[in-house]
Amino acid sequence: MALEKITQVTGRGVYIPGDDIDTDRIIPARFMKCVTFDGLGEFAFGDARIAEKNAGRIHPLDDPRFEGATIVLSGSNFGCGSSREHAPQALYRYGHRAIIAESFAEIFFGNSTTLGVPCVKMSQQDIAALAAIIESDPAVLLTLDLTENKVTVADVDFCAEITMPGHAREALTTGRWDSIADLVDGLEEVKNRVAKIPYLAGV
Amino acid sequence: MAKTLLDKVWEEHTVRTLPDGRTQLLIGTHLIHEVTSPQAFGMLRDLGLKVLYPNRTFATVDHIVPTDQRAEPFSDPLADAMVKELRKNCAETGVTFFDLPSGNQGIVHIVGPEQGITQPGTTIACGDSHTSTHGAFGAIAFGIGTSQVRDVLATQTMAIGKPKVRRVNVDGKLSPGVYAKDVILHIIRHLGVNGGIGYAYEFGGSTFDNFTQEERMTVCNMSIEGGARVGYVNPDEVTFEYLHGRPYSPKGEAWDAAVARWKATASDPDAIYDDVVSFKAEDILPTVTWGITPGQAIFIDEAIPNPEDLPEKDRATAREAIEHMKLTSGAPLLGTKIDVAFLGSCTNGRLSDLQEVAKYLRSLKGRKVAPGVKAIVVPGSQGVAAIAETMGLAEIFREAGFEWRGAGCSMCLGMNPDKLVGDQLCASSSNRNFKGRQGSPTGRTMLMSPLMVAAAALTGEITDARALFAIN
Repeated sequence: MALEKITQVTGRGVYIPGDDIDTDRIIPARFMKCVTFDGLGEFAFGDARIAEKNAGRIHPLDDPRFEGATIVLSGSNFGCGSSREHAPQALYRYGHRAIIAESFAEIFFGNSTTLGVPCVKMSQQDIAALAAIIESDPAVLLTLDLTENKVTVADVDFCAEITMPGHAREALTTGRWDSIADLVDGLEEVKNRVAKIPYLAGV
Repeated sequence: MAKTLLDKVWEEHTVRTLPDGRTQLLIGTHLIHEVTSPQAFGMLRDLGLKVLYPNRTFATVDHIVPTDQRAEPFSDPLADAMVKELRKNCAETGVTFFDLPSGNQGIVHIVGPEQGITQPGTTIACGDSHTSTHGAFGAIAFGIGTSQVRDVLATQTMAIGKPKVRRVNVDGKLSPGVYAKDVILHIIRHLGVNGGIGYAYEFGGSTFDNFTQEERMTVCNMSIEGGARVGYVNPDEVTFEYLHGRPYSPKGEAWDAAVARWKATASDPDAIYDDVVSFKAEDILPTVTWGITPGQAIFIDEAIPNPEDLPEKDRATAREAIEHMKLTSGAPLLGTKIDVAFLGSCTNGRLSDLQEVAKYLRSLKGRKVAPGVKAIVVPGSQGVAAIAETMGLAEIFREAGFEWRGAGCSMCLGMNPDKLVGDQLCASSSNRNFKGRQGSPTGRTMLMSPLMVAAAALTGEITDARALFAIN
């Protein structure tokens, strides 16, 4: 299966502040009563957006200044909690193509990578600096470069290091982020291994 | 070289190293439910792939099932469509389905162990983060996304990197009225909700040695709340005794051979860990969460924290928590008024949880759920419900004013009719206190042990169960 080689993501940014933003927050469970992922995008951060509105504030996703942003910035442990792939699916369908955070929960990280959405780590200081740049000029274009391991901002003197586990970088940059084709390639070896494991032999 | 259980199981289940460096890992046992599987079956159809080993996948329905009006069609057409979709997918592919009429339906993490499907030395995956529960048997078990459900259905494998292993020791004897739930809340409080990222937690020490199998499940269940995708306990006689005679457990000579293999999968005594942390059981008191992450937990005799007194990195989330929970910094945790008490979930919906609470309710015979409090008991499976009813536990709960419900995830996650309303505050034996988790965006959740939930139900406020039930 030929997939796009994802080496760079360029787009405008939106900063969603906070640590431990869980997948219930990203897509509340009641929106998961569906048998396809279609239509999840409009419910991304659904309750958080309403809560901000009710409190007389505005959630970054509803702030017209950040409309059309494709790169999300956030805090540590982003995507913790439930394993629901509905969370990255909702962000993807909303239009997000990359996430920059201090750290990521593992299941969310894996689910995002499988969709071709890079999740890269950046230091708290750099995230704060980048958030300030976006806040002062929401139109600036960020470029996340997976081969150079850095994020730069067009026409702004900003360059920050990003990190990502080697396997995810390899998968994204070589167009193997959805692993199904590679797994199917190994089916003969799967059958051989199964035959050697006592509790599976004979399945 | 000495190895951990994780090393041994990983090695045995490694098919090959993939081009990106991850392991193509064989998943011996695959569990599915109605929420995260329909899209996976859809992807298989789109790709023209078949289920490779239908008899290594087991299904049940838990997240969306109503716990009161269980006759189909359900009042919620979306939920009804989901159960029918799973039924159809299982029928078409030959996957075993513990369906509602089977008598064996329940929360997937309760059904697997009670059927004897969960076994030591195996790999188990499920599209649910609390799959770590099964690690209590010495399995390497973890939650996966829907694309990986597809991968496992099609190839019985998935792509995954090998985690590091942190040994988490708890030694000593827990004080009366302190439970496995308090142990895991205490561990998460100290290691953090992100402390386990990149690690599997191997739980051990004398406290775990003396735990029942069900207590071990409660702890492993919440590994993910500490950031560890995998949590496990080395299998021992307690494990083998639990599994003996269950429907899917090996029988006769195969049983003896299996036990020998299972014993050999335990970590070697001189295994080297990437990290080791230790706790003392005596230091742990009944623990309750006050915030919006499972790590925001305090002992029952502590006051609600002031965010400004916390380490700088914890302050923003703490401020958000205080605002959402409508609590006052410095106020005692004790006496916080509750609206709802929920006893159930894959963390604490097992027979032993219900038995323990019923024992103390019986000791206060005549005492009822406080006026204005809605209290529900949701057995984790139809199997648990049937035994509890035969033992008379259901009657004890009903007499005390609790509603006795049918098996499912219920109020743990707000995907079925059991939901908080408005900003109701729920004393809950479940695993997540995230904003909106229990179905109302402004709903408030405090996590605690089942007995603490019962104590709060009877008094209408957060209460020290040890005082109420005269435990000392």
